[in-house]
Amino acid sequence: MSVLPYLVAAWVFLVGCYGLATSRNLIHAVGCLAVCQSATYVLLLAVGYRDGATAPVFSDLKPGSRPVVDPVVQALALTDVVVGATVTAVLLALVLQISKLHGTVDPDELSELRG
Amino acid sequence: MHHLLPVLVAVPLLGATLLVTAGRHLPRAAAETVGCLFAAGTAALAIALLLNSSPPMTDWVGGWTPEGGESVGIVLVGDGPGLGMAALASLLTVAALAYSWHYFDEPPRRHAGSFPALMLLFQGGMCGFAIAGDLFDAFVFFELMSVVAYALTGHRVEEPKAVQGALSFGVLNSLGAYAMLMGIGLLYARTGELAMTKIGEGLDRHGSPDALTLAAFALVLTGLLVKAAAVPFHFWLPDAHAVAPTPVCMLLSGVMVELGAYGVWRVYRTVFSGPGGIPASDLEHALVVLGALTGLVGAVMCWYQRHIKRLLAYSTVAHMGLFLIGIGALSPEADDGVALYILSHAGVKAALFACTGALLDRYGSVDEHALHGRARELRGVAVLYVAGALSLAGLPPFGIGLGKAVLEEAVGGPLTVLFVAVSAVTAGAVLRVAARVFFGLGPRPDDESSYETTGKKEEPETRSRLSRVPDTMTAVPAVLLVLSLAMGAVPGFAAAVGHAVSGRAAPAPHWTLIGVLLGLTSTLLALGLATLAATRPKLLGDGAWTAPLRRLQSGHIGDYVAWMLAGTTLLAALALPTILNG
Amino acid sequence: MTRRVRLLVMAVGGTGLAALLVAACFDLPRFGGDQHPYGDRVVRASLARHTANTIASVNFDQRAFDTLGEMSILFASVLGTVVLLRQTRDEHRAAPEPEQVALPVRRYALLVLPVAVLTGLYVIAHGQLSPGGGFQGGVVVATALHLLYLGADYRALERIRPVGSYEVADALAASAYLVLGLAGLVAGTAFLADFLPYGTFNTLSSGGTVPLLNAAIGMEVACAVVVLLANFLDQAVEIEKEGET
Repeated sequence: MSVLPYLVAAWVFLVGCYGLATSRNLIHAVGCLAVCQSATYVLLLAVGYRDGATAPVFSDLKPGSRPVVDPVVQALALTDVVVGATVTAVLLALVLQISKLHGTVDPDELSELRG
Repeated sequence: MHHLLPVLVAVPLLGATLLVTAGRHLPRAAAETVGCLFAAGTAALAIALLLNSSPPMTDWVGGWTPEGGESVGIVLVGDGPGLGMAALASLLTVAALAYSWHYFDEPPRRHAGSFPALMLLFQGGMCGFAIAGDLFDAFVFFELMSVVAYALTGHRVEEPKAVQGALSFGVLNSLGAYAMLMGIGLLYARTGELAMTKIGEGLDRHGSPDALTLAAFALVLTGLLVKAAAVPFHFWLPDAHAVAPTPVCMLLSGVMVELGAYGVWRVYRTVFSGPGGIPASDLEHALVVLGALTGLVGAVMCWYQRHIKRLLAYSTVAHMGLFLIGIGALSPEADDGVALYILSHAGVKAALFACTGALLDRYGSVDEHALHGRARELRGVAVLYVAGALSLAGLPPFGIGLGKAVLEEAVGGPLTVLFVAVSAVTAGAVLRVAARVFFGLGPRPDDESSYETTGKKEEPETRSRLSRVPDTMTAVPAVLLVLSLAMGAVPGFAAAVGHAVSGRAAPAPHWTLIGVLLGLTSTLLALGLATLAATRPKLLGDGAWTAPLRRLQSGHIGDYVAWMLAGTTLLAALALPTILNG
Repeated sequence: MTRRVRLLVMAVGGTGLAALLVAACFDLPRFGGDQHPYGDRVVRASLARHTANTIASVNFDQRAFDTLGEMSILFASVLGTVVLLRQTRDEHRAAPEPEQVALPVRRYALLVLPVAVLTGLYVIAHGQLSPGGGFQGGVVVATALHLLYLGADYRALERIRPVGSYEVADALAASAYLVLGLAGLVAGTAFLADFLPYGTFNTLSSGGTVPLLNAAIGMEVACAVVVLLANFLDQAVEIEKEGET
């Protein structure tokens, strides 16, 4: 069972990709992109886990008394969250303008750029 | 000196914050001046650092210098290639800001500083990526430049095409970046390190490569190759470049895409090149296949475009294929060639986009057919356009010609034919545009079109259509072309580039008789193709055979994502022999 | 491309990628394993610099340069959203209508608002001591202000939220981070160096520059989220196309 968390990350990434490729709504597509990104959180946090460990915060924990999980991946995941949220904001702003100018958010109906 | 490496990122970012703080009260001219000053200051710093980059500098941000060989900080690497890319990005930012000076579309109300601020953020992101020596840090700055690029591409929010192109760009590049982050996660799990050299050492300690190494390699390279627009990851590029404002196109085509290729070079060299990574022969195999595919698809699609900006965008795709082949060769001579090629290609491509922008702002169209013979009065722009096209073909003594000649010599063999063909076709397409638009050569092409994107009815980027092309809009491309001429013609320059990139490992790049002949061949071929296409269009056929290829470029995000997944699989399959044998 | 062809390409690519990822998962170290060399070094360095929350030490000291990039992404996306959602030529602003709010909702929102803002500020201030920090607390503060939209109406929210000032504050906070970084360089060591005394472990002033950088990020995030939400809310509430009423 020890690979299960990693397999979850792979699954989440692939599901997000499937959603993106088959999406009929651009807001849904941006959501799928966020799903793909969630896979990276799962992977990073799974990689940093240590059996029986607690959070690496020492305000109420004597250093050395208990193992702690890898703080690096937690910081990376935090950075990743911020990056994801901001990218989503910019992409949603673009979807908003697409819906105003094209009158649709269905990628099948956007036909301005071809060939 | 090495302490100044992070300042290269801090200065443009500080400029952007200043512009946003003061932008509400600054008049437009002042905001643009401040933007130019910060961009130019960064460029000066990058060049100063570049001149001191031998031996290469490293800086541990926050003063976390390693103790006992180990550190917890982030390392920045100031070597020739990294600082060279940072200097190129900075100089092109200055050129783009100078080009858009005063004439570019009205800024949003009370946000006079927003456009130059975004350009400075873009510059900061590119500099940060260029000097990153830590894989996660590279990802962060990769995302910074991407996010700014999405916003800049969609800057003209009243254009339906612009917002659609920007969204495709955003979704594809973000997905690529997340794939890259998955790869970084795998590498961190295996080695417990984030600094690129440390990851490489960790892989080597672990022993021969396995499925994890292969997956990490394919995922990290997917992110970088999406940025580098390698086939089949390239679909976003023509959509984005066709719609982005001209000064932004200059940066996207001139340096951002090339940074993707640079990332491939950097990551392979420092992470995967050891015995625990991917063997050189497999990388060469993968990059030559993808590069050749990219060169061919780019050249064919470039030839059959009528939307001039899309045509230039495909020419960038085609040339990226050649860069990738050069990087795959993994020899110091090829590195020198690619470096020279990228530098002068940036100048030439930015100049061509700048001239096209002048057409757009003067005539409200970038359609080759609609503009037939209309730009006869723009003699200066015509001269620049033809010069740009000829140098794109590799005409000696332009820098592109020298870079390509050095590269052809380094990779050799049948690939030389590909190099000559790709440069001849892409330059021929640009020359054909020049012949029709500026000289009205040949019959007026008929206007029917079923599927493709035309460049008609485009909104000018200036407040209103220009009655004459302002001097800044011609001076900037002129300077850029002179610079790229100097890169090939001034003898010391190529030697300096060679010294900065490969040190003394290779003889200084120089012109050889064969190189000159190959450059002249592709130039003559380009001229021939262009003349034939303009005067006897029937002879070359109507390109019906390209229809399936053109239908792949559907503007549909779902299609592009499907191709990206297929590309990752292809990449892994190309490098698979390692694992089977290992 | 037809949907069929797309699904076919997707199936080929997806299967390949799935096989690759699954194979990689089986080569990963055991879940919960003990090998975290970087993590162990980070914990030691964090304790040596008197920072109780190791993650804050990574974000604002050891890998503070990443946070600089991250903050710039946030800053850039706010600026990008402002530009992308700007009022175009054929749009105009309509003053939002006053709204009636059910009394229990109103009371509850107005009661919780100060508590939520205070909680956010607490989370920011204790970033180097307890879980949380500038990013998390900033989001709490920014969203807490929007309780006013729920409890009263959009006009009330607009009164306490002059978007222009928040944009300026956002930029000032971002430049504060950069200036602190440059101060580290000027103080003689390196960019973003922790040049202040580390203080007493587990107190508000511990960690040198960590609390300062953390505070700058808190302010930046709070202002950035307010501006981001304002731009999207304006689209929904205020901005109308010419000809519509």
